[in-house]
Amino acid sequence: MSILIKPDTKIIVQGITGGFGGRHAQLSLDYGTQVAAGVTPGKGGQLFAGKVPIFDTVAAASKATGAKVSVVFVPPAFAADAILEAVDAKLDLVVCITEGIPIRDMIRVKAVMNGKKTRLIGPNCPGVVCPGPGKDSSGGCRIGIAPGYIHRQGNIGVVSRSGTLTYEAVWQLTCRGVGQSTCVGIGGDPVNGTSHLDILKLFNEDPETHGIIMIGEIGGSAEEEAAEWVKKNCKKPVAGFIAGATAPPGRRMGHAGAIISGGKGTAAAKIAAFKDAGIGVAATPSEMADTLLKMM
Amino acid sequence: MNIHEYQAKQLLAKHGAAVPGGEPCKTAEEARQTAAKLLAAGHAKVVVKSQIHAGGRGKGTFKSGFQGGVKLCQTADEAYALAEQMLGKILVTKQTGPDGRKVSTLLVEPGAKIKKEYYLAVLLDRAKSLPLIMASTEGGMDIEEVAAKHPRKILKMHVDPLVGIYPYQARNLAVKLGLKGDLIAQAAKLIMGIYRTWWECDASMVEINPLCIVEMPDGKDAIVCVDGKIGLDDNALYRHADIQAMRDLAEESPLETEASKFNLNYIKLDGNIACMVNGAGLAMATMDIIQHYGGMPANFLDVGGGASKEQVMAAFKIILSDPNVKAILVNIFGGIMDCNTIAQGIVAAVRETGLKLPLVVRLEGNNVELGRQTLAESGLTIISGTTMADAAQKVVAATK
Repeated sequence: MSILIKPDTKIIVQGITGGFGGRHAQLSLDYGTQVAAGVTPGKGGQLFAGKVPIFDTVAAASKATGAKVSVVFVPPAFAADAILEAVDAKLDLVVCITEGIPIRDMIRVKAVMNGKKTRLIGPNCPGVVCPGPGKDSSGGCRIGIAPGYIHRQGNIGVVSRSGTLTYEAVWQLTCRGVGQSTCVGIGGDPVNGTSHLDILKLFNEDPETHGIIMIGEIGGSAEEEAAEWVKKNCKKPVAGFIAGATAPPGRRMGHAGAIISGGKGTAAAKIAAFKDAGIGVAATPSEMADTLLKMM
Repeated sequence: MNIHEYQAKQLLAKHGAAVPGGEPCKTAEEARQTAAKLLAAGHAKVVVKSQIHAGGRGKGTFKSGFQGGVKLCQTADEAYALAEQMLGKILVTKQTGPDGRKVSTLLVEPGAKIKKEYYLAVLLDRAKSLPLIMASTEGGMDIEEVAAKHPRKILKMHVDPLVGIYPYQARNLAVKLGLKGDLIAQAAKLIMGIYRTWWECDASMVEINPLCIVEMPDGKDAIVCVDGKIGLDDNALYRHADIQAMRDLAEESPLETEASKFNLNYIKLDGNIACMVNGAGLAMATMDIIQHYGGMPANFLDVGGGASKEQVMAAFKIILSDPNVKAILVNIFGGIMDCNTIAQGIVAAVRETGLKLPLVVRLEGNNVELGRQTLAESGLTIISGTTMADAAQKVVAATK
């Protein structure tokens, strides 16, 4: 069916009473997502949108509703703490949307999470969408800030570091009548919970995913590691695009992780790794869907 | 954010790493007095170092023709004369570009007798999400060159972020660098201080190149940070008021500073096609597709998720202050946001700035039909692009 979540997965929204969190919790409800609970310390007992119960702690929210997935909309200074609260409550998945978390906080979060059961997606990501069967893919599970209506239920997996570039790929697929199993934004920070490779492994094992679009960008070596694995292990066609071929070295291109440093992390090296692994490389971002569809 | 060498050394000293112990000077007279004090303390020489956020200072040339942004001297009067040649002057190095940078501060410190140079840096190992200490006996050289030619000469050591660096780890590294006797303990203290600087200051990188064994006035050897470079994590600046105060706006591009006031992420490039995009990944991809079709992007500009009218207006003004710009490409994927609101913002911004250059707009997403209609009916000559490829080809054609 999908990876990480299903259309009817229940979710907890951490930071549901904030402007940003509240707005996107409402959009998820409108999409038909099972928003089971919200968490805002001090506002336990209140209701969001007249129906979603708010709790003071993640543990209480999970215990009362049975939800095992949360999404974090907490401001950057408090986000690492919010992630660790979800880990401590033994959730299966926490998706952190927050942009601008100090890198040191995330290094510490990763170290604490080592050996724990919870998976982290993000931070600084658009979230995860599992499209539903309804009109404009409604009735699906929308975790985060992606526009729900651009999706369509189907069999392509999408994984990307960038938000709007994910929407671009999804929309290209949907416009060609091709649906998605799950779309995962892993985030643009240098320290993140889940890598391209982690998601590729899940897509590879998911019987409902028949092809994969992997979108990367300059900085780090996660795309190269994923490509190396694809070459040896991936049973499904993979197409990709790398953003930042024209980015100057040494400059952070918006995302904290998008930087060429010491000659490492260039688009050229990543594209070469993709080609070597048999991954179809889209020459322009307009051709991401077509590149994959030609391979299938 | 980057800081000057003298500021980096202040942070290093604060966290227990040995530095030569000089002072920043803003006038030639201050330089003379600092030099006199150091010479009186028994140092045979002092070094006068230009403070700019760029490497290659020693081999740089001032626009006045004066050679070298880092100079040794033996008297206070010489220090005064050197300071006169450097302060307020433009220094051009291999890293500054032809425009160079104005020197407003000098670091005057002991000109130590260097016996051996090392390299040491602390940074994030992205693949492992762990702090990494890198060290080499090939100090003073470009570390990327060392990594390419002699990868074995680079020592690497990870640190557990939950407990920090252990003294034995620092000692082992000192021994691997070939240090002996008293210098092992000295180097271990220094390595721990450099790591603590990285961690406590929320640095993205601390680089000491070179780290040196020097002969002190009393004839004994000591190990000190002869140079120091620190990059800081912008996301963490909110919790370091002392480091925020070190920001030097003169070292930053005025346009980029202006953009940041409106939450715009702008980076100037050398081409002539300006672009304005929502989202960092899409913004990079837009630059790439412009080049793919034979154009050259003039900038990276991410207006973020919102793209409000005020932001669009500010973005246009910033784009238009680059005289190289010959055409503009706006590429917005308005997923949640109403495309018509974005279109109205674009129309208002074009009217208010009196834009004369060709403008190609590609809008996609929520309520896009009405947004396109607003652009078409505005009476302005806005070229509509259907896909990214279509829009990129049209904007490139407009500059030919």
